[in-house]
Parts: sequence; structure tokens; C-alpha cells
Amino acid sequence: MARDDELRIRSRLGKLGNLPLLRGVAVTGELQRLQRQLRKLEQEPTSSSDEIWHSVQLARHQQRPYTLDYVERLLDDWVELHGDRARADDPAVVAGIGRFHGRTVALIGHQKGRDVAERVHRNFGMAHPEGYRKAMRVMELADRFGFPLITLIDTPGAYPGLAAEQHGQGGMIARCQATMARLRVPTAACVIGEGGSGGAVAFAVADRVFMLEHAIYSVISPEGCAQILWRDGAEAHKAAAAMKPDAGHCLDLGVIDGIVAEPAGGAQVNWDEAAFSLGETLRRAVAEVESLGPDERRAARRAKFRAMGATA
Amino acid sequence: MAERIDVSIETRGAAEPAPAGKRHPNTCPACGSHYREDELRAAIWVCRQCGHHFAMRARDRIAWLADPGSFAEQAEDVRSADPLGFFDSRAYTDRIAEAEMATGLGDAIVVGSAAIDESPCELAVMDFAFIGGSMGGAVGEKFARACDAAAEHRVPLISIPSSGGARMQEGILALMQMPKTVVAIEELHAAGSPLFTVITHPTTGGVVASFAMLGDITVAEPGALMSFAGPRVVSGITKEHLPEDFGRAESNFRLGHIDAVLPRAELRPYLARLLRLFRGA
Repeated sequence: MARDDELRIRSRLGKLGNLPLLRGVAVTGELQRLQRQLRKLEQEPTSSSDEIWHSVQLARHQQRPYTLDYVERLLDDWVELHGDRARADDPAVVAGIGRFHGRTVALIGHQKGRDVAERVHRNFGMAHPEGYRKAMRVMELADRFGFPLITLIDTPGAYPGLAAEQHGQGGMIARCQATMARLRVPTAACVIGEGGSGGAVAFAVADRVFMLEHAIYSVISPEGCAQILWRDGAEAHKAAAAMKPDAGHCLDLGVIDGIVAEPAGGAQVNWDEAAFSLGETLRRAVAEVESLGPDERRAARRAKFRAMGATA
Repeated sequence: MAERIDVSIETRGAAEPAPAGKRHPNTCPACGSHYREDELRAAIWVCRQCGHHFAMRARDRIAWLADPGSFAEQAEDVRSADPLGFFDSRAYTDRIAEAEMATGLGDAIVVGSAAIDESPCELAVMDFAFIGGSMGGAVGEKFARACDAAAEHRVPLISIPSSGGARMQEGILALMQMPKTVVAIEELHAAGSPLFTVITHPTTGGVVASFAMLGDITVAEPGALMSFAGPRVVSGITKEHLPEDFGRAESNFRLGHIDAVLPRAELRPYLARLLRLFRGA
């Protein structure tokens, strides 16, 4: 929206600048007014609704790197851990330990599939309670042995199925957040694709939270929001513009601590480059929060989330 | 989203027929029995014929639950802001203003200190009539302040949720109310205070996936729906055939998610007993 305004003002400025200087005084006033407006617009977040929608599409791009693609590029000696020790192993969530810049870390992330069979196997990155329970198990393992925890978020949302509900989906997401709020080790999270609702926030209660440049992070999918407020899922474009789930707005709102630059055109263009900049950001973040003591770090993490929200 | 509530039969034009499919709020949706406002109040909004539990407004519930004169409201001036300048068919600020007028509440939760059977406690009671009990900045902040107050006075917090989930109009900041309430509960527990939760109909979405499911002891009213995804979402997306009691208190009890299903009349003595037990620790 800001972009349209900007264009309009610029074209009017151009016309005014080309006028002969006969009626100079009035025109100067108008010129100055327009220039002021333009400066104000430039200071505003400039994401137009189209830019937001572009991010929604890139965040869901089928060639975008997924969690295991980053694991392959960032960690050595990766050992994937399986099972929640209660019911099952959820393929929509991967968890394990590996070496990151010479030290052992734990990593947990949502995992989407690339081809049809794998997409179905991974349930499109939509976790069941078993996935959150597996994550909690590995979070606690990390805490026990002092491994920093890295989480990568990429899910349309937690799976809304009958079995998932019967096995306590909501409670598991709540306990996952509580577990992260309790950890004494350094934690860093990054939304690498879709940060969909409660299923995403379950892994996002970290000391430092980032988003890739074209990731989205939202309370409900644009389609879901459009369905409820516009009674038409096809209005997703409008809903996205209203909810502003893009990284720029999330940063402005104080929800994330930084944006990880993607290769020109998006992460799908160059996986190595995307992984490199993600790795650098995570390395710096872990080093930064490591300078605090465990209790101080946990208190700061809690204080950060305690302060979020807009009240009047 | 906003529900019409509290329109008693006396104040309605007698000639105006009820629109098809829309029930009068004082008509029991289970058995069709109709009640005057004072009858419902006397029966603590439980159908005398079939035991159906009608929704209870936050202030009515507090007045019924707390010892007379014991409730002192806190954080009543906290209001939700409009961080996104959200506009769908109407401005979000208009929706808030309308909900305030319709309910007489500042937002979808009322918090304060109280006593039940002379045991001190903190109360956080939600009201579904305010934009579907949705959780935005004000609900998150007031719940967190209730945790703070309970921790400070070393008393239990009794939380009575009723919510459709996070408030979309506040976007990502509404989602952040989930971790916000979760970390507030961590601090509550660190101070040694317990959280008792009474699930009321309906409690879904982001509230289930945060503070509603973190109670040390959790009970539900009969028939109360509690699920992360609502039944329409589940059957709509997965095409699964849902059991009739999907997400209901009785089924959640059977599946091990709650400690008891308590008829409303038994709630006060149950909570009073818990408060006594935790005081004796």
C-alpha cells in the first residue's frame, strides 16, 4: 500500500518540478509538502501487500531447503534420534545431535517432504503430539548435557486430526513451550519457511528467534483467516496483507530478533548460500547468549516473551 | 464472531418471531426448555430439566464463585491495542468498541484476588461473549498479571478459560500471547503457587495450546468442548468421521486429559477443598 502512495507522490512531484516557475510560491509549498510525505513514507515499513504475498509463496516454495537440507550443510556427525518413548516416531519432526562449529548441539525442526510420497510420509510438516513429545525429549537431553539447542520451524500448523486431538495436541504444544521456557542451555530458533500458528510457536520459545527473509510467521494461515473473516478462502491475499506475516513486520513488532538474508530470488535458488547465512546467524546468536549465566539467560528469555503484545 | 447474549424474553418485542435455526439464549439447546433470566440465575445457569450447562458470563461466575465481597478486580484498565491497524469488513477497533458496549467488559478476561470458603486465591475468568473469548494482548497481559499477583501473594491461581483461540486481528502478536502466558505460569510455579484450571464450553485453539492445558489440576464442566482444532476444522480438513462426543469433557476425561468432569454445583466445594489442601502443604 505504501508503495502505491509513494508512486503517486513521486509522479506528482515530477509534474510539479517541471512547471514553469511563474506561480512559484504556491508550488514551492506544495513541493515541500509532498517531499515531506515521501520522506515519511520511506521511513515506514514498505512491504506492500504484493511483497507480503510474494513471501507467502516463497515460504511455501517446493524447492525451498527444508530442515534436513540445512542439517546436511551445517552439522557434522549428525545422529538423528527417533521416537517419543510413549507411542510413535513422528516423521513430521526431526530431532538429533551433531557438531556445529566444533561443538555438540541438539537440533529440532519440522520436516516437509520433497516428492509426493515423502510429502505424505512427512505429513506436510504437520506434527502430531508424538512429534512434540519427541522434541521435548531431545530438549531435555540437550539441557541435561549442556548442548545448545537449535530449532528450525517450517510447518503449516500442527495436524488437526482426530487422533492428534485424542492424544492431546493442544497440551503437548503448551508443554513444549513450557519445556523451552525452562531450559538452561542457549537456544536459538529460526523460521525457515512457514511458521504456522501453535505448531510453530511450540519450537520458538528461544533466547534468539530469527526468520529467513522470505519466511512467514502467523497466528493462522492466510487461507484460514480469509475463510473466517471474509468467508472465502480465496481472499488469502487480502488476509495476508492484513495480518502482515512477513519477516519485516515481525521484526518491527518485536516478535523476532533478526532477519537472515536469503540469496537473491529466495533460498530455493541457492541452498548452500542460504545455509551459510543461516549458520552464521545461529553461530553468532549462540555465542552471544552464551556469555550469560544459565539462570540469567533463562530469566532474560522469559522476560522477553513476557513483554510481548500490544496493550493500550 | 461476537455473539449476542443476555436478551431476556421480557425485553424482546413479543411480535418478533425467532429467526429459523437461531435459538433464544435462554432456551436450552439440549432439550428446548425455556427459562426466565431469574430462573437461570437461581439455577446457576444449569438446565433443570436435562442438566445442560449454559455459558456463564465472567462477572456472574465470579459473583457466584467468590465469597461475597471478597473479589478485588485487578488490571481492569488494560485494553487491547490495534498493532496492525487491522481491517477486514470493519475496523478491529470498531469490533473492540462494540464488544465493550455489548458486554460491559474491557476484554475477554476478568482477573483479581478473591477468597473461596475463606481460602485466598487469584481468579482469571474468561468471557466468551467478548469477541469469542479470543486471546489478544489484553487477555495475555491480564492473565500474566494474575500469575504475578498469585505468585506475589503465594496463593493458587484459578483459571477458568472459555475461548475460540488467538485473536486473528492482532496477528502474530496474538500468537505470542501463548508463550507469554506459558512463561508467566513458569514463574508462578517457581514461586510455589499452583494453577487450577476449570475448562468451560468452548475452549479451543491457542488457549488450549497454552495456559488452559498447563494446570496442575484440571477439571471441566459437563459437555464442555476442549480441543486444539474445533470439530468443524477437523472434519473439514481431514474428512474424518468424528465421534459425537469429540473434544467434549467426558471424552477428554476418558482419554486422560483432565482430572474430573464436575457439574457446576460441585465446583465450588471442589475448589475450596483444593485450596485447603494446597494451603496445608
